[in-house]
Amino acid sequence: MATTAELMVSNLSVQFGGLKAVDQVCFSLKPKTLGGLIGPNGAGKTTVFNALTGMCPVTSGQIRFKDKQLTNEPPHVIARYGVARTFQNIRLFRNLSVLDNLRIAYHQNRKYSLLCGIFHSPRYKREEAQITAKAEEMLDLVGLADKGEHLAGSLPYGEQRRVEIARALMLSPRLLLLDEPAAGMNPQETQTLLELIRRVRDELEITVLLIEHDMKLVMNLCEELFVLDYGHLIATGDPKSIQRNQRVVEAYLGGNGA
Amino acid sequence: MKRLNSLISCTALLLVYLVVKLLESRGILLPYHVQILSLCCINIILVVSLNLINGFTGQFSIGHAGFFAIGAYASAYLTVHLQLPFVLAIICGGILAGLAGLAVGLPALRLRGDYLAIATLGFGEIIRVIILNTDAVGGARGFSGIPKYTTFGLAYLTAIITVVVIRNFVTSDFGRACLAVREDEIAAESLGVNSTYFKVLAFAIGAFFAGAAGALFSHYLQYMAPTPSQIGFVKSIDILIMVVLGGLGSITGSIFAAVFLTIIPELLRGFAEYRMIIYPILLIVVMIYRPAGLLSGQEFSLSNLAKHFKGAKAHGNHS
Repeated sequence: MATTAELMVSNLSVQFGGLKAVDQVCFSLKPKTLGGLIGPNGAGKTTVFNALTGMCPVTSGQIRFKDKQLTNEPPHVIARYGVARTFQNIRLFRNLSVLDNLRIAYHQNRKYSLLCGIFHSPRYKREEAQITAKAEEMLDLVGLADKGEHLAGSLPYGEQRRVEIARALMLSPRLLLLDEPAAGMNPQETQTLLELIRRVRDELEITVLLIEHDMKLVMNLCEELFVLDYGHLIATGDPKSIQRNQRVVEAYLGGNGA
Repeated sequence: MKRLNSLISCTALLLVYLVVKLLESRGILLPYHVQILSLCCINIILVVSLNLINGFTGQFSIGHAGFFAIGAYASAYLTVHLQLPFVLAIICGGILAGLAGLAVGLPALRLRGDYLAIATLGFGEIIRVIILNTDAVGGARGFSGIPKYTTFGLAYLTAIITVVVIRNFVTSDFGRACLAVREDEIAAESLGVNSTYFKVLAFAIGAFFAGAAGALFSHYLQYMAPTPSQIGFVKSIDILIMVVLGGLGSITGSIFAAVFLTIIPELLRGFAEYRMIIYPILLIVVMIYRPAGLLSGQEFSLSNLAKHFKGAKAHGNHS
């Protein structure tokens, strides 16, 4: 079981001063799983994402991704290992075009040298054409093929979320972390998103872990759920068993073993 | 289309040079005018290179005169005392300034915003004080007896090289990484961009060209004085004003602003003491009507202009 896991988080703790935001959390994710990280507000879900992507220091514990140690590596190194993410509050490069947003994310795969770039050598031109083709392909995947020239900041909210996913996919990641991808979306947009995430997993064969408050989306989409409460992992399992789990119900609705 | 564009650009650039040479030989352009044109070219190099740091990479530096000074003094020392050929001295001046950029950038670029501005300001003053106390380059008396090697042609050529190199840089993956760092450092990092590396890279390239501009300047004026207005913070602010006026992140804007703000003070010489009133008023007016600079984040080009007109026409047809 442990050997087949792609992502292994063991005894992860993140402490901010006296506050234990994440406390001794252990979980693992098998390749090509659609995982969900849920829990009430302030449970530490985003902190787990930040720890996974090197954006906040890990106090103790370990994060392994395939054969790589991610613990306390800088974010750009973790991105190179094939872990991509989106943000709860969209972080697009608002003043750049949608295509440029995507092209930037191809950075780690660029092979031409600084001199090739400065002289716009044939190699530069060839590779840039490839990068643009790849960016257009990803835009097509998220259904925004005609929006490439628009400024990213000018798009409607739901489309910005999809651009952010397309941008993350430009990294050719093995693990995609989505932080509240459906936040602020209407039911129809959420449905499109659900289909998109499923398609991404099936076509690109990547592992997905998402944080989401929309329980309908989570229960329909995810195959494995991890429930956090006050920094502790209180339950793990498939959606059905989580729905029946007494501790989860308590965490969401309150009560003391009632 | 692209090929045609670059052909037109090359012809236009060559034509400008030939016209200047022709007017000069006919005596229509006096040596004074040609001097100002050379100064325009030197300022273009300074402004475009600072725009790479401030505008494209978003790192607010106000120590550009420090790199300029390193290039100016180092190259002058090389030609005066070691009789090095001028072109070599320009390159050495640039490389030394670039190395200084690396040395300053590595620690300073960990700072952000105001703190970085203050750190770079401090660096600029350190360079000036070091020069002030170095007898080998004249100390407080200034460095005199520098041969007049800078011609209009050379300044013009260097300016073109600077603009082409920096334009190509910002349209490559390296430049995109710099833009990403400017727009959102956290997002850039999450996409595999090593933000520190690109900040330092932009800083070093900017410093290299500032050094080259310095070399051209010292062999143009033939005398360098370690005063704030020539190599100190006043000079840094002068360059910064041109960058902001032209528009952060616009190379063509920087070129316009450099030429405009170099020529305006000369044109206003007739107004004597009113000059220092008219000049700031002009700046204030531009900042009121174009707060993001003359061309903010956009480039002026014939194809963009054509697109603009076509767009307006199409729009007109619709309505």
